[in-house]
Amino acid sequence: MSDAPEAVPHSATTAVRSPLADGEWHRLHPLTPLFRGGIVLVIVAGVIISNLRDRIVEFFLPVVAPNLPDDIDFDQGNPIDFVFENNLVLTVLLGVLAVVLILIGIFYLSWRFHMFRITGDVVEVRSGVLFRSHRRAPLDRVQGVNLTRPMIARLFGMAKLEVVGAGLDANVKLEYLSTPRAEEVRADILRLASGRRLAAAKASADGRPGSRVAAAASIVSDGITGIIVGAEDPVAEPESVVPIPVGRLVASRLLSASTLWLLVLIAAIIVGSVIGTPWVLFGMIPALLGFGAYWVRSITRSLRYSIAPTPNGVRITFGLFTTVTEILPPGRVHAVEVSQSILWRPFGWWSIRVNRLSGRGPTDGQGDQFTSIMPVGTREDVERVLRLVLPSLPEAEWPAVFENGILGPQPDDPYTNTPRRARILRLLSWRRNGFLVGPDALFLRRGVVWRTLAIFPLARLQSVSIEQGPISRAMRLAAVRAHTILGPVSGQIGALDRDDALTLFDTVEANTIAAAARDRTHRWADAEGA
Amino acid sequence: MTNTPEPETPDSVPTTTDGVDGTDPVLDAGTFTVIREPRSDARLPLGDGTWHQIAPQYVWVRLISTAIIIVLVVAAAVALTLFTRQVWTWIPAGIALVVLVWTLVITPRQARAYGYQLRRDDLVFRRGILWQRLVAVPYGRMQLVDITHGPLDRGFGIAQLKLVTAAATTGVTIPGLRQEAAERLRDTLVDVAETRRTGL
Repeated sequence: MSDAPEAVPHSATTAVRSPLADGEWHRLHPLTPLFRGGIVLVIVAGVIISNLRDRIVEFFLPVVAPNLPDDIDFDQGNPIDFVFENNLVLTVLLGVLAVVLILIGIFYLSWRFHMFRITGDVVEVRSGVLFRSHRRAPLDRVQGVNLTRPMIARLFGMAKLEVVGAGLDANVKLEYLSTPRAEEVRADILRLASGRRLAAAKASADGRPGSRVAAAASIVSDGITGIIVGAEDPVAEPESVVPIPVGRLVASRLLSASTLWLLVLIAAIIVGSVIGTPWVLFGMIPALLGFGAYWVRSITRSLRYSIAPTPNGVRITFGLFTTVTEILPPGRVHAVEVSQSILWRPFGWWSIRVNRLSGRGPTDGQGDQFTSIMPVGTREDVERVLRLVLPSLPEAEWPAVFENGILGPQPDDPYTNTPRRARILRLLSWRRNGFLVGPDALFLRRGVVWRTLAIFPLARLQSVSIEQGPISRAMRLAAVRAHTILGPVSGQIGALDRDDALTLFDTVEANTIAAAARDRTHRWADAEGA
Repeated sequence: MTNTPEPETPDSVPTTTDGVDGTDPVLDAGTFTVIREPRSDARLPLGDGTWHQIAPQYVWVRLISTAIIIVLVVAAAVALTLFTRQVWTWIPAGIALVVLVWTLVITPRQARAYGYQLRRDDLVFRRGILWQRLVAVPYGRMQLVDITHGPLDRGFGIAQLKLVTAAATTGVTIPGLRQEAAERLRDTLVDVAETRRTGL
């Protein structure tokens, strides 16, 4: 990056604009080793030393004090007393000091060798002293940027930044940075990834009074406001922010399918205790504890949820103790599904899940919280969120989403449904089970008890298949499946008339090719500027 | 930029231009010539375009490997019966044998049902008779093309070509291509994917 010549030395606290994104190597915050396991190491060392102290003393004593009497009893007595009695204070202090110095040296080295660089095309991280590792993420493949602030780090005003790449375990992590720095770096990464240049973005950066004021404020007050409000810029249009009332969130978690399972389990246990021995009742305790922990976790994780538009994509914030702010640039959502269980129907609540690349391995337990982008919301909330997530959907196709898709079927339904002869295969839902293809999106409407509508932006669709087994062939039916990246939203729709399915297959393929050729979202701001 | 998508290129696909009827001398040398279909006319139709097929050697490779498994199963079952006098081992072994023999019987038919088409913007792949499956993959979506051949494949001069997209469910694996055909197909796909490259 040669077009940021005004980049100041990174020690300057009055952050001019983007001192960390000037294409030079920078280090992370000096307190990083402490948060990345330094505290754990100290505790572990303490435990080991306290357990092995007799052995250690026995082993080292002859070395440091060879002229001691041999008949010292190591198994009893306080080592401090022993030290004072034998005039070893200086030796022991020196030893402790040496260990502390070595530890500090190791931490210092690991911090010193851990560096990151942001250039116009890539984000790079180098780390490791003996085993060097070097990780690069191309900016035009950035799938999102997460700013996570765990509770303890939050007290110190720290945050970790994660650049989500395309692939399993492909994320580039910058942990830890001070919160204002992390926000700057995030803004820079998104700006570079968008195809705009830093110089061009200067004007827009000036338009954000929040960060400038925050940077000028003292660290203490900054940290306190950060702990309380979550340190995010206000949004240009506050009415576009979707909040979730706490009451609704708690109620929605209590009315979930897992609650039904718990009730079934409790009923089974009670029946068991009546028929068999009352001792079975004790089985309820771990079950209740487990479910309690699950509820509390899923509720605290979704508390203070908000979703808001920013110039660089949708910003989703959630979490009570560990706050996560993620920015999802346009065109990074591969499939969206709006669904409603029968328990939520009286209240008119819906939830939204997406297929997206979260850059995490399948074993990572956190994957779920990055795919459920709206835990619970009313119809207005759903429409607002869908408009944010699918900005490219033309206005003419919106009625297909709610009127006909989510609530449908209505009279004169645009969807192509399961034919009447196949209703045996979709006993309840055959009137709803259907599809609609637009030039930019594929809509799959499924389910009656558990109503869902899946929307696939065709510019992101990977491939499409059509399948037919013997039963389908006998009934002149076929199934179509839209393939996207791995995620909770399935692209399978079965029990379609064979000719409808073939038309769907051909149309989806043709529209996918056309939509992919039009798509410019990998450098999303380039298209707007050009 | 590394991968700015090109605007729609004119038809520069270097495939299927050699023959008058869309056939290709390398891809179609020594392959089956007719796609085997289900009899019912509610089947998924062949449609337009030329289907390239796989080589008959694939049948032999499959037959031999299935036969080896059958021999192993029988040997294991016999050994268990002789040494432990447990006659019930023949129940699971019998089920496995029935399935394997059935596989043996339908393998020649299955091999004739494989087919692929190189269209202007995408590759279409079909397979199966009882369970038919057709997949269309736009060239721009290909992440990589993978050719594998085991020892038996090498003996018969065939290879397996796997096409990988960002979706795990795409599942396009073309078995039984002759070595030259596999390499030709790979080069073609890589070329075409380069000109039609899109984002994820």
